[in-house]
Amino acid sequence: MAVEVEQQLRMKDPPKAPSSFVGDILSVKIRKRFAGSGGNFQLDATFEVPAGITILFGASGAGKTTLLDCIAGLATPDLGCIEIGKQKLLDLEHGTNLVPQQRRIGYVFQDLALFPHLSVEKNIEYGLQSPGRSERHRRSDLLMASFRISNLRARKPAEISGGERQRVALARALVTDPCLLLLDEPMAGLDASTKSKIIEDLRTWNHDHRIPILYITHSREEVFALGERMLVLENGRIIARGTPHEVMSAPRQETVALLSGFENIFDATVVAAHEDRGTMTCRITGSDVELETPMVRADVASTLRVGIRAGDILLATVQPSGLSARNIIRGTMISVQQRDVVVVATVDCGVEVAVHLTLAARDSLHLRPGGQVWLVVKTYSCHLMLR
Amino acid sequence: MDWQAFWLTIRLAVLVAASLMVIGLPIAYWITYSRWRWKFLAEAIVALPIVLPPTVLGFYVLVALGPRSPLGRWWEGLTGHTLAFTFEGLMIGSIIYSLPFAVQPFAASFAAVDARLLSASAILGASKWRTFFHVILPLSLSGLVTGVALSFAHTMGEFGVVLMVGGNIPGVTRTVSIAIYDHVQALEYGAANATALVLLAMSFVVLSMVYALNRKVWAVWPWK
Repeated sequence: MAVEVEQQLRMKDPPKAPSSFVGDILSVKIRKRFAGSGGNFQLDATFEVPAGITILFGASGAGKTTLLDCIAGLATPDLGCIEIGKQKLLDLEHGTNLVPQQRRIGYVFQDLALFPHLSVEKNIEYGLQSPGRSERHRRSDLLMASFRISNLRARKPAEISGGERQRVALARALVTDPCLLLLDEPMAGLDASTKSKIIEDLRTWNHDHRIPILYITHSREEVFALGERMLVLENGRIIARGTPHEVMSAPRQETVALLSGFENIFDATVVAAHEDRGTMTCRITGSDVELETPMVRADVASTLRVGIRAGDILLATVQPSGLSARNIIRGTMISVQQRDVVVVATVDCGVEVAVHLTLAARDSLHLRPGGQVWLVVKTYSCHLMLR
Repeated sequence: MDWQAFWLTIRLAVLVAASLMVIGLPIAYWITYSRWRWKFLAEAIVALPIVLPPTVLGFYVLVALGPRSPLGRWWEGLTGHTLAFTFEGLMIGSIIYSLPFAVQPFAASFAAVDARLLSASAILGASKWRTFFHVILPLSLSGLVTGVALSFAHTMGEFGVVLMVGGNIPGVTRTVSIAIYDHVQALEYGAANATALVLLAMSFVVLSMVYALNRKVWAVWPWK
């Protein structure tokens, strides 16, 4: 009986989203102590998310999920304020703390959390309580069509594939017309082609709706495929923000560097600055290797860090000449290992350098440990970081 | 065979199991989701009937139902007779006695529901009621059946509490187990055996059903 009463109450006063919500900016300013993988952390984040996809990037245990839980109302920060447009979701100073039900947020969890006992259609319609049956069907049909899962409507989550489940979870979150979408690694564990199709559908949806979307991922491909902006979270703090290109191509912090795929990170000393050419010469600490790098504001003899992606290094078995690349380094092969479809060659140049090759390159070069090789690194493949 | 006793026992067991579903669900919900610091005390109280001798429980229920207690006086004012040695009194005693057999399976199955599903439900705008009836309860069906069946079977076989609270009034409080006891007292071993055998068979059937329902093998049977 109580259910009926509940439903009647809802019918009278359906929770409607004011249309002014659409495209509003999410603004977050929170602080919360939480238990991370490396002990207790303090989440201390201030940022704004405009409409469109913003990537939230960071190592596991950096506080990403806790941050999303705070925004969704599943966790309460120790202090702070969260707003979408003019709507205050949380303002602890003034005692405002909306429950998740009132926040009108779409949230796709890492494990999706589809209701296992409900069909795909019922899962998607779960969030639609106020409209009548025909309106419910119309809206769920629309979402199922745009995420291409209409043929699965009668199936249970256990009876469909991982990629299909991901689509159902997205459709379920979006059918309620949320004013903000939170995605916690929604593509984890999917193969590349499924991933890119779902990403395409999400981009299309986002193009039509333009709400702020906060998207957690570990994957560089997703960062570049989806992100208009990104935030980097480390130990509970936002340490970098900007477009993916700005953040990833010129990382200032070492965590970003490791995350964004610098397999090679060396300490180096500035030997000379060539202001006329816009370059510097840096010597890698503990070796004779000198690299020509882009110019940054650093004094001669100061130390900094150089990051080089293993995929940005060319490997030659005879000394190359006539190249535009300024850095040609001689070394000795240590090992060649295959990882999936990538071959990792480790070369001793006074320091160990990892180089990524294709299988075909490995086979045609006849690489063997002990052999002499030359590494070719372009100036602008050397990324300088502050220590 | 004392069919009157059987009929009475089954009626009692059905009513107790039904009442425990109504009473047990909110208690189990509270035990599972409450963050009250002293919750463990309530859990211990609910579990008490498992370890308490039925006579102890029966004694206190009898005192509580009697004309000297507020509850007994209130009931007497309402109906004109006391609760002790009546079917209603027997039901109250049995409900308390079987409470843990309903609440514990309920609570265990609630706790087994993935907390993320509850969060998902809340974020999709569902109230606690809706979450309970549309997510928690459907996913706890086996625990629900177990709790109801166990409280049914447990009430069928109880003896001490019944004797203390209900006495031995044919058609009112004389249950099967008391009938068996009477037969043995009167050295009617044949009748005692027949009655005991039926009770044994019924208890076995109920427990088999519980275990069968909790087994996943049925999921792959062709006539599911």
